[in-house]
Amino acid sequence: MSATSAVVAEAAGSAPTSAARGRAVWERLRRDPGAWAGAVIVTAFVVVALAAPLIAPYEPARSQWIGQITPAHVPGPSADHLLGLDSFGSDLFTQLVHGARQSLVIGVVSTLLGLLAGSALGLLAGGIGGRVDTAVMRVVDVLLSVPALLLAVSVAAVVGRSALSVMVAIAAAQVPIFARLLRASLLAQRGRDYVVALRSLGLRQRRIVVGHMLPNALGPLLVQATLVLATAVIEVAALSYLGLGQADPAVAEWGRMLVKAQERLEAEPDLALWPGACIAVTALGFTLLGEALRQALDPRARR
Amino acid sequence: MLSLVVRRLGLLVPVLVGLSVLLFAWVRALPGDPARALLGERATPAGIAEVNRLYGFDQPWWQQYLTYVSRIARGDFGNSTRTGQPVLDTFLERFPATVELAVAALLVAVVVGIPLGYLAARRAGSWWDQLVVGGSLLGVVVPVFFLAFLLKWLFALELGWLPTAGRQDARIDATHVTNLYVLDGLLTREWDASWDAVVHLVLPALALGAIPLAIVVRITRASVLEVLTEDHVRTAEAKGLLRRTVSRRHVLRNAMLPVSTTLGLQAGALLAGAVLTETVFAFNGIGEYLFQAVNQLDYPVLQGFILVIAVVYALVNLVVDVSYGLLDPRVRTA
Repeated sequence: MSATSAVVAEAAGSAPTSAARGRAVWERLRRDPGAWAGAVIVTAFVVVALAAPLIAPYEPARSQWIGQITPAHVPGPSADHLLGLDSFGSDLFTQLVHGARQSLVIGVVSTLLGLLAGSALGLLAGGIGGRVDTAVMRVVDVLLSVPALLLAVSVAAVVGRSALSVMVAIAAAQVPIFARLLRASLLAQRGRDYVVALRSLGLRQRRIVVGHMLPNALGPLLVQATLVLATAVIEVAALSYLGLGQADPAVAEWGRMLVKAQERLEAEPDLALWPGACIAVTALGFTLLGEALRQALDPRARR
Repeated sequence: MLSLVVRRLGLLVPVLVGLSVLLFAWVRALPGDPARALLGERATPAGIAEVNRLYGFDQPWWQQYLTYVSRIARGDFGNSTRTGQPVLDTFLERFPATVELAVAALLVAVVVGIPLGYLAARRAGSWWDQLVVGGSLLGVVVPVFFLAFLLKWLFALELGWLPTAGRQDARIDATHVTNLYVLDGLLTREWDASWDAVVHLVLPALALGAIPLAIVVRITRASVLEVLTEDHVRTAEAKGLLRRTVSRRHVLRNAMLPVSTTLGLQAGALLAGAVLTETVFAFNGIGEYLFQAVNQLDYPVLQGFILVIAVVYALVNLVVDVSYGLLDPRVRTA
């Protein structure tokens, strides 16, 4: 803590220090069963994604059992292949495990992209104010006027079919939301005693905003980012379902597994169950964690 | 009230201008040559030049933009490069299907969601409450198209109770007045046609309605819980009003405000979800058409549909704000 903020803390009637607040949030999280459930799911997901090559019995997308495939018959679950084979003769369980990787990478990168771009806009709007604020928020309004998935479809159509385009597409839809959140959160800080005190000490606006208001305004962004991870996992699959996802068939991806499963829906409906359940459970984990975080950061908010 | 409407319509102008510029620029940035895509294997240099001239792709960009805007102002969104049909006509023809689907989905959300949320709040903490809250969480995390698959598989393929796809049985030769099939049947007194359209709507509406349903349940519950702690409810109970009267007049009416706002916010999610749901159930709305347009690089259709959808989205939100004023007298003067 710098000398000025120590003075300010005193001047503002010493609000609890950030370390103390962090401890209180941590305590509330520890007592919340939802947070535990979310943390367990998310940890399991991350471990599976990172250790995919160790967990999966085979190499992903090796069509090495193509000999067993006939138009009339695709082998179902067996001891060698827990979930059976797909119509190209590769192991479905391996694909499912490696699919976690794709979801984790795309989810995290697109959330970070959306968070960074949105925060930059929100910081401009909420930190500078005045005309800059009006101009930035108009742009955000335009982005918000297009439903998120359509925005994602538009971006994916421009950038082409690749993992990158999926990330940019999902991030683009989140930019206006993050921008609005940070702006609102900064505006809420504006009239606080510590800001007034800093200003009276003669600190420059930029230093007040970046060094003091921003750290205090990050809470809602953290919550939103966790919830966006859930949305991202679902949207990766949705874009893939619409044919706008990762073009490389060698990369295992839950959304595409669902599309393929649809072709065999009548004969083997349980094929669709596994990737669908993986998506839902992962999204559930991030949602539980996000909601728990929201309550821990702001215990008065009920929902 | 009127000034609120006028002011909100005024705010729409910059959004539309911005959006038209963005869409125009976006379409120029798309990879792939539309003339080539249109002609396919028959593409010759002369043919490509001819298509470019026909659609104005050979003019400088600013001229293309001005032409584009002045045409839009006259309601001309150009013709689909794929079918040659005017974009606006296709939109108007297919939009009723999506409206029908979205309304049915919202109906599911409201009719099921409000009672569930209300009962959960009244019995807060009970196993029933926990079941409802848990279920609503599930509704948000299950991907729309996966849910659509499951419903289609279980009720259409496995049990055979409901049709797998389409809006109406092809053997029914119904007259279509509004293209809202359910309403058409009622207007022309073709009850069978109307009923058949309803039957076709059930599964897509359930799939599309799941997320709004989950959200309505949670908002209703939270909002009822909050209203229940307010003084006027305690007073109403204290003066001996029937529990039913208190619920209806004092609790529900006040608790509905946040719910109506949330419903308006769902308009965008419904349109996006419609793209997925309509594709799974081959439901001939704008969502399914948009999906085809993306895959075929049908620029005029994409531009036009997204612009019109944004307008519809904004208008729906306007209607929601106005209805908010009707529900809550305090907003009218503000």
